[in-house]
Amino acid sequence: MSDLLRLATAGSVDDGKSTLVGRLLYDTKSVLADTLEAVHRASADRGLSTPDLSLLVDGLRAEREQGITIDVAYRYFATPNRSYVLADTPGHVQYTRNTVTGASTAQLAILLVDARKGVLEQTRRHAAVLALLGVPRLVLAVNKIDLVGFDKAVFDTISREFTEYVTGLGYTADALVIVPVSALHGDNVVERSEQTPWYTGPTLLEHLETVPVAPDPRDVPLRFPVQYVIRPRTPEHPDYRGYAGQVAAGVATPGDEVVVLPSGRRSRIERVDTADGPLGEATAGQSVTVLLADDIDISRGDVIAAADDQPKLVDELDATICWLAEKPLRAGARVLVKHGTRTVQAIVTELSGRFDEQNLSLVDGPEALSLNEIGRVVIRTSEQLPVDDYVASRRTGSFLVIDPADGGTLAAGLVGAPLPLRGGVPVQLSPGP
Amino acid sequence: MGKGTIDVTDSVSGSILQADLTLDALEAEAIHIFREVAGEFDKPVILFSGGKDSTLLVHLAYKAFWPAPIPFPLLHVDTGHNFDEVIEFRDNLVDKLGARLVVAKVQDWIDDGRLTERPDGTRNPLQTVPLLDSITEGKFDAVFGGGRRDEERARAKERIFSLRNAFGQWDPRRQRPELWSLYNGRHRPGEHVRVFPLSNWTELDVWRYIDRENIELPSIYFAHRREVYQRDGMWLTSGPWGGPRENEPVTEMTVRYRTVGDGSCTGAVQSEASTVDEVITEVTASRLTERGATRADDRLSEAAMEDRKREGYF
Repeated sequence: MSDLLRLATAGSVDDGKSTLVGRLLYDTKSVLADTLEAVHRASADRGLSTPDLSLLVDGLRAEREQGITIDVAYRYFATPNRSYVLADTPGHVQYTRNTVTGASTAQLAILLVDARKGVLEQTRRHAAVLALLGVPRLVLAVNKIDLVGFDKAVFDTISREFTEYVTGLGYTADALVIVPVSALHGDNVVERSEQTPWYTGPTLLEHLETVPVAPDPRDVPLRFPVQYVIRPRTPEHPDYRGYAGQVAAGVATPGDEVVVLPSGRRSRIERVDTADGPLGEATAGQSVTVLLADDIDISRGDVIAAADDQPKLVDELDATICWLAEKPLRAGARVLVKHGTRTVQAIVTELSGRFDEQNLSLVDGPEALSLNEIGRVVIRTSEQLPVDDYVASRRTGSFLVIDPADGGTLAAGLVGAPLPLRGGVPVQLSPGP
Repeated sequence: MGKGTIDVTDSVSGSILQADLTLDALEAEAIHIFREVAGEFDKPVILFSGGKDSTLLVHLAYKAFWPAPIPFPLLHVDTGHNFDEVIEFRDNLVDKLGARLVVAKVQDWIDDGRLTERPDGTRNPLQTVPLLDSITEGKFDAVFGGGRRDEERARAKERIFSLRNAFGQWDPRRQRPELWSLYNGRHRPGEHVRVFPLSNWTELDVWRYIDRENIELPSIYFAHRREVYQRDGMWLTSGPWGGPRENEPVTEMTVRYRTVGDGSCTGAVQSEASTVDEVITEVTASRLTERGATRADDRLSEAAMEDRKREGYF
């Protein structure tokens, strides 16, 4: 169990996201004194009687004026119980690209709606992207609740509609919390509001403080992509040969029977090493060095996996991709695929479907995929890759699509069909009006 | 959580067990980044000044490749405006690690006319050219820096792998989305990638980790008596970069440095924090103290200000 919680925010323009994030930083005392002073000053200059907390995070304003890409920004705050890494994703421009980036590492996402506007088309799109990327938990912050007179009926209507929608995306009741907030005045963000006696749930921060950070499951098979071979060849360590990497899934324990992929050679874990000494086991997320009982040829890009439960070795990826580049993707494109620690040449042989965000369904056989579009593809790779389904393992079921010409990242790839797209074509994600 | 005030001491001591798990996660992430770079680049280099963040970088690199030596050299762009304690510390650490240190002296660039001394005598802005020249000369394709995203708002959207062109410039349009923990380090000839393994660390995380790992730092990070004079709201000390002007009286105070840079513009802060523990308490307090109108003469806010005046290579 880690006390580092990785969050992402998503919301439409003017939902008050900057103010909410600013409020979280401010109320958790995570703002440096001088920064705070600057905000107080700037607010006073604008004739405001209370500080405009959105100024704490709007470092991107100048950027917007210059017309360059508005990007995901990372914020840090901490309470005595937990540290938070928050990926703050802008709502308007390139929302898919930004939301996908933020969601890829998030354990929880905070989605905002304006209480006066309710659940919008964009709210649904954001939620769908979060579900696609497998963000395990959602919080819906119903913001500006003060502007609807702290009306329970408004909150209930929005709650019902949103719950129904995300249930259709695969979220269960315990993965979702809905909080009525006023980011501007601080109601139910950190401090409980006296204006919402009808709300009995946690404040936003109370929830963040207590939500269980799902530990990486132990009962899944070991996946260990080899990053680097450590061979000191020093007088103290003449024969040391260790495989450095971060456990991607499962547990690495000395004595485990393993297979090295793609070669298929078998061996046994002899030791799990670190600079602080050998470990009894290493779980997902730990960076360690694995030593095997047999002297076999292993290099960067190989995967050490549980012998009795191996990943699929494929040279044809059935995948879902989020296209992040300006130039559209067409069938036949030559690309690079980076999966784990291996990068291989590949061809996108088929565009089999495009996720239609208007109707939230899957459209057959699109001509191309444009920037920010999500689609189903078949990718043929020049070498076999040991993959898992993204739904089963985010770390070993994800890949990048890279432009071989300039090295740019073209797409985020997910092996298989993520949850909202399960069950064939077309998938009706919306429960309808 | 109580309303308004937070007891600093309790919040620090009460969170030690939890904090270890945060530090474990941050350490694992940094080690993963070091190994990705070692696996994918031809000639990486670590920027190393002897300051706390770069010392932390070197410590993490040591752990990432143990028991093998760190597979890359260290590069110090030396302004010549150094604190003796820091240079001594730098050389000791390099010896202990058996590492290779490349020093690019700003003075050499000034001597042969490639750079001109600034009227104000500050050499921090002069570091860029020697850095880029050294990167080109050394054919370095990955350059590790100690930058953290919590340092200032403008850095909040910096990538962990940040692509630079042959002029060391950052092109926002070519910034790559960073997904999962799949870092894309591909670059064209002449380009290089700046890598920031400490991106997700806060200043407090850095100090807690230094405490946990017993990482040695130059002595000037801790409270000591020193003769200082005030300029532009900073407490400066005499050195090879010059000393006080006529109207700048010298006083002796107990101070420490929060950052280490060009001595001509690195200010000391008044502080009694002489141990890592005391520094952690100070850093925590400087973030948590509620400030109003009285803040201008609050020494902790001065410390916080200094934090943002951090000067480095990036």
